[in-house]
Amino acid sequence: MPDLSVNIHKLLLKNPVMSASGTFGYGLEFDDFIDVNKLGGILTKACTSKNRDGNKYPRMAETPSGMLNSVGLQNKGVDYFIETIYPKIQNYDTHIIVNVSDSTVEGYMEVAEKLNPLEKITGIELNISCPNVKEGGMAFGTSCPMAGTVTKAVRSVYGKTMIVKLSPNVTNIAEIAKAVEDEGADSVSVINTLLGMAINAEKRKPILSTITGGLSGPAIKPIALRMVWQVSKAVKIPVIGLGGISNATDAIEFLLAGATAIQVGTANFVDPQVCIKILDGIEEYCNRHGVRNVNELIGALEC
Amino acid sequence: MKKFIHDFEVSLNNQITDDYFALNLKCPVSLPPILPGQFAEVLVGNSAVTYLRRPFSIYDVDYSKNELSLLIKKVGNGTLALSNLKVGETLNLVYPLGNSFSIPKGEKALLVGGGVGIAPMLLLSRMLKEKGFQTDVLIGGRTKNDILEPDKYSAFGNVYITTDDGSMGEKGMVTQHSVFAENVSEYSQIYACGPDPMMKAVARVAASNNIPCEISLENTMACGIGACLCCVVETVDGNKTTCIEGPVFDTKKLVI
Repeated sequence: MPDLSVNIHKLLLKNPVMSASGTFGYGLEFDDFIDVNKLGGILTKACTSKNRDGNKYPRMAETPSGMLNSVGLQNKGVDYFIETIYPKIQNYDTHIIVNVSDSTVEGYMEVAEKLNPLEKITGIELNISCPNVKEGGMAFGTSCPMAGTVTKAVRSVYGKTMIVKLSPNVTNIAEIAKAVEDEGADSVSVINTLLGMAINAEKRKPILSTITGGLSGPAIKPIALRMVWQVSKAVKIPVIGLGGISNATDAIEFLLAGATAIQVGTANFVDPQVCIKILDGIEEYCNRHGVRNVNELIGALEC
Repeated sequence: MKKFIHDFEVSLNNQITDDYFALNLKCPVSLPPILPGQFAEVLVGNSAVTYLRRPFSIYDVDYSKNELSLLIKKVGNGTLALSNLKVGETLNLVYPLGNSFSIPKGEKALLVGGGVGIAPMLLLSRMLKEKGFQTDVLIGGRTKNDILEPDKYSAFGNVYITTDDGSMGEKGMVTQHSVFAENVSEYSQIYACGPDPMMKAVARVAASNNIPCEISLENTMACGIGACLCCVVETVDGNKTTCIEGPVFDTKKLVI
């Protein structure tokens, strides 16, 4: 049996398969379908300093091999998370990493500071790449100075593992990755959704209430793979790959491109058991290729 | 309620009209209890343009055969692909999802369905009959071709029909039907499912007569299990998910 464990900074993951933020709730939503404890980690729905209602319906449009969403970080805020959600998820035997977002640097710091004492929250993922909010979100992730500023500020109040989730809506993602690495990021998640748009031609209207939204699903996989490859060559910290991963072969491709771990996102909507199928498939691949330790695959692309 | 994911086998594909069909689906294990108003997320698959699951109300359930059925209107690529399913083919369902209609406070209930929106009313009328309520079922459509299998309801209550063009039943909108004009105050509960304008009209009549009214929404959704938060509806208590906190809502709680 191959050793599937990988390290993201101080976190030892039992395997490289994690659920992506915003596609897996808090894990509880999937308890009927899979044993969530088998995953390497869970990235929770985004958590902000205050309650956010999110954007108006419609928030979703199906697109070829994917979907657009403009949920807009709907959540009840960090205090509600700590009081109501944390007690329900703290007994999961896997890494629970909270996705942190906000409109201001101070807001990011407040959330991170409040999460820092929670024993079972072993890390945070700074979301500087949400394309669906008017203030903050992607604005922090599309310039090196802004990305560096928010990373540095949160680093000053958060001592545990800090992952930064990068936006693909930039000219040079490797530069952004280096900027957050320089300011203390322990890892980067690559990539968040791509800014997109859908139109109803019959009605001459946009489908989403926000007109534009974030594109995800298999449609974006080649872009994500390219960006993981570029970032992993540019930084020393571990890269977590995501973007359209739907099966074990996709996951292996991301590892070969340089990702240390992967996140499964939109595919959870199509198959609530897909994370476990991907995990089983990675093990099967390792067995078939004589790979004793999954770390042998990381960045093992032969060019 | 626990949710399941199963590969069902198509045991019947009944083309009701050119636009509507019903699929009977056999579960590989014992069917779990399914409540009126609940739905299934159906995987169409095998196509770039039908990537996400499609939500459909559960139309009927036969526990003795381990079968459930779905009533579907052909509106796009997904439903068209489903209409071509052959007996013996498999279909993957995540189910049973969502909440359900509540029990009426008084003796008599009115069930209103417009077009394919009639689907959840079959299970509901069956349950109400079993529990001893008097049930009237009002079925509306643009033409007689949109009045789907009205005979199925006659075992559970009185059946009334309206069509916009008068080709079947009374002519006009459902809210113009004589059950609304003459007897509406007799009902202790109204349930409706169908196009938005129809549900809004029913909700208005119910409100003006102080009758509790529940409607079933069909907001577009991705996951169906409360993870994506795409299907929200605005309520007096904030945004609620149609998939978990709905699809059935008390119209007094909705911001219409």
